[in-house]
Amino acid sequence: MTEELIIAGFGGQGVLLTGRLLCVAAMRLGKQVSHIPSYGAEMRGGTANCSVVISDEDIASPVIERPSIVIALNGPSVAKFEPRLRPGGLLIWNSSLVKQAPTRSDLVLVSLDAADRSLSEGTERAANMAAIGALLKLKPDIVPMEAVEAALDEVISARNRKHNPVNLRILHAGYEITKTINAA
Amino acid sequence: MSAKTIPMYKRPEGLTDVRTHYCAGCGHGIVHKLIAEALEELEVLDRTILIAPVGCAVLAYNYIEVDGLEAAHGRAPAVATGLKRALPDRMVISYQGDGDLLAIGTGETIHAANRGEDITVIFVNNAVYGMTGGQMAPTTLEGQKTLTSPYGRNPADVGFPIRACEVLDTLESPVYIERTSVHNPASVRKTKKAILKALKYQKDGLGYSFVEILSMCPTNWGVEPVTGAEWVKDAMMPWFTLKKFRDRPEEKKEEKQAS
Amino acid sequence: MSKTLLMKGNEALAEAAIIAGCRHYFAYPITPQNEIPAYLSRRMPEVGGTFLQAESELAAISMVLGAAAGGVRTMTSSSSPGMALKQEGISYIAGSELPCVLVNVMRGGPGLGAIAGAQGDYFQATRGGGNGDYRTIVLAPGSAQELADFTIDAFDLADEYRIPVLILADGYIGQMSEPVVLPEPTGKTFKKPWALTGAKGRSKNIIASMKLIPDTALEEHNLHLQEKYDLISENVRRIETYHTDDAEWLIVAYGTAARIARKAVDRLRAEGVKAGLFRPLSLWPFPDRELYELARNAGKVLTVEMSLGQLVEDVKLSVNGAVEVDLYGRAGGAVPALDDIIERIKSYERENHTHVQAS
Repeated sequence: MTEELIIAGFGGQGVLLTGRLLCVAAMRLGKQVSHIPSYGAEMRGGTANCSVVISDEDIASPVIERPSIVIALNGPSVAKFEPRLRPGGLLIWNSSLVKQAPTRSDLVLVSLDAADRSLSEGTERAANMAAIGALLKLKPDIVPMEAVEAALDEVISARNRKHNPVNLRILHAGYEITKTINAA
Repeated sequence: MSAKTIPMYKRPEGLTDVRTHYCAGCGHGIVHKLIAEALEELEVLDRTILIAPVGCAVLAYNYIEVDGLEAAHGRAPAVATGLKRALPDRMVISYQGDGDLLAIGTGETIHAANRGEDITVIFVNNAVYGMTGGQMAPTTLEGQKTLTSPYGRNPADVGFPIRACEVLDTLESPVYIERTSVHNPASVRKTKKAILKALKYQKDGLGYSFVEILSMCPTNWGVEPVTGAEWVKDAMMPWFTLKKFRDRPEEKKEEKQAS
Repeated sequence: MSKTLLMKGNEALAEAAIIAGCRHYFAYPITPQNEIPAYLSRRMPEVGGTFLQAESELAAISMVLGAAAGGVRTMTSSSSPGMALKQEGISYIAGSELPCVLVNVMRGGPGLGAIAGAQGDYFQATRGGGNGDYRTIVLAPGSAQELADFTIDAFDLADEYRIPVLILADGYIGQMSEPVVLPEPTGKTFKKPWALTGAKGRSKNIIASMKLIPDTALEEHNLHLQEKYDLISENVRRIETYHTDDAEWLIVAYGTAARIARKAVDRLRAEGVKAGLFRPLSLWPFPDRELYELARNAGKVLTVEMSLGQLVEDVKLSVNGAVEVDLYGRAGGAVPALDDIIERIKSYERENHTHVQAS
């Protein structure tokens, strides 16, 4: 198993944290992981993103040219990364914010009202958790839900750990919503 | 040694007994001797490191009996910073000329002063580059002819001579800033007091002190040694006023106690 | 054993410096190494050390010179354009035979270039970099773990040989987070009777790169340095090999390029092509003899680098014409593509070349 993910969104949507959460969960299960942010001036416009590789083998490059999975939390991220997904890849997009829906027919496209899910729990900042929930449902071989739950306390700073019960609820909501989509 | 032959004047213990490489009438030798005397009086010869600049005083460590370190041109205050941060209970002297301190090392000069590094900067200002053969310095006077200002320094073209003390006096951190001269015996005595005070403040851990010394370079000025001493008084001092700009040890002591 | 942590390469290096006993760090901000000063600005006060953000790269390296002269373990870090500025001080430090650790987390150039990772400073790093006839030891980590491990090694090497040791990482290695087990200190200690601590109970010490008297002093000094460099060339040769025993194709690469090349070796072997990887971990001294032997056995060599013909010069010098050497280089923040490496070698195999075109 090797998955190459790009997680993208506005600054403040927890893009880097999303990547770290997946990495720590996988690392604790003995998988190889790498995480690299887009850095510098690029952070201050359009999208912030990080590239995450999770694999059973040694990881060559942390830099991803053709991702197998993209989580796009805003419109510019869909525009930027939909064309780069490899055929058959998975695109989870935040339908609460994205106006232009993705169109490629050779991808698995999953729309998720991630920001609305987050807002319904009283926070604007946890859309990323809903997206991770959806990902875990759709790609169970990356890491199981329990591993991500266990990693939350390690990855979230002490200052923000009090929000973890909410994070957990949104994580599970993302997982359930996706189930409904798949059934449909 | 009998009482009758007690010398009135002797070579200080901290001054090495070697022939000087400095030119006749040069001020560096005088300043070296004053530093050696001050270090001896403060009993810190065995815990002092002298940082020599690039310039005529590049071999300063050959004349003063303390550990010696070389810095790249202009970087002595940064080198002093690193050394002092590594060994905070040692005395660190940054000895610099005008090109070193005010041209290639302007940034290092200002920032070390601004941080209030606990070092002593001795600045020998003779209005010319000596070692490289007499080029225009940042302190070369208006109209002064040098190898690279053959028509005389033209402020419209290259600006006015920079006054180091006045620039540093705009900063909050320094504890002591004074400009003195070594063009006659009375001035030498005043300079000795200034160097002693600056080093005493460092010994007491009071922070950054700066002594600018107007000095002679008859060789590159193209004059006799005696004329050189007169030129300091007649040409340099009207522009570079001899003055104590800053002396606030009590304030620094209070700050030190408070922190 | 310490716990495995997900650490950014730059932060793993910074913590390793603390573990190695470095308590004096001076630097100027520049991307993509900014996590190192940010991390040490928090950590140094916790361990009673000095973190100082210098006014310039020139000042930062000069502060390192001063601290090293005082006998303490000291470090600075930068990225390519900043490293160019530091060359003045590095030359003085080399000439003065002071120990210190330097870090270059490389980005693309020339000039301001861009901030993505690159390997374009290979020549600068391995040929001295500043004025004069000198070398620095250059170590080339390929992961966050190695950034930490090599940093520990670097401080010991610097003290052992009184030489600046440069850790040369590309921006991707510095920016990437990976599992890291923080290394243990080696516990080695080095006497420094030359340090400038004040001439108490001894004659005075002088540390200077200038050698004027007698006329032969500077050549003697250079010959002395060269003897030291020869000794290091014998003692500090670091390599990693992968499937080189029976390799018919030898890929030579370091840093991020080597990670991709290693994957290419796996893929090529799966397709029946006997490829192997030669990875120099020390770029100076360059492991030339080791490369010569393996290259001669393999017969075909491909250099993969994130620059357009720098590492390949050392490869060619090492094989000394015994086999021909091809180059696949990318630049400006691009990483070598796995498929391109594989295709390059397979296309030669398809055409059944008996030798490879020199690049």
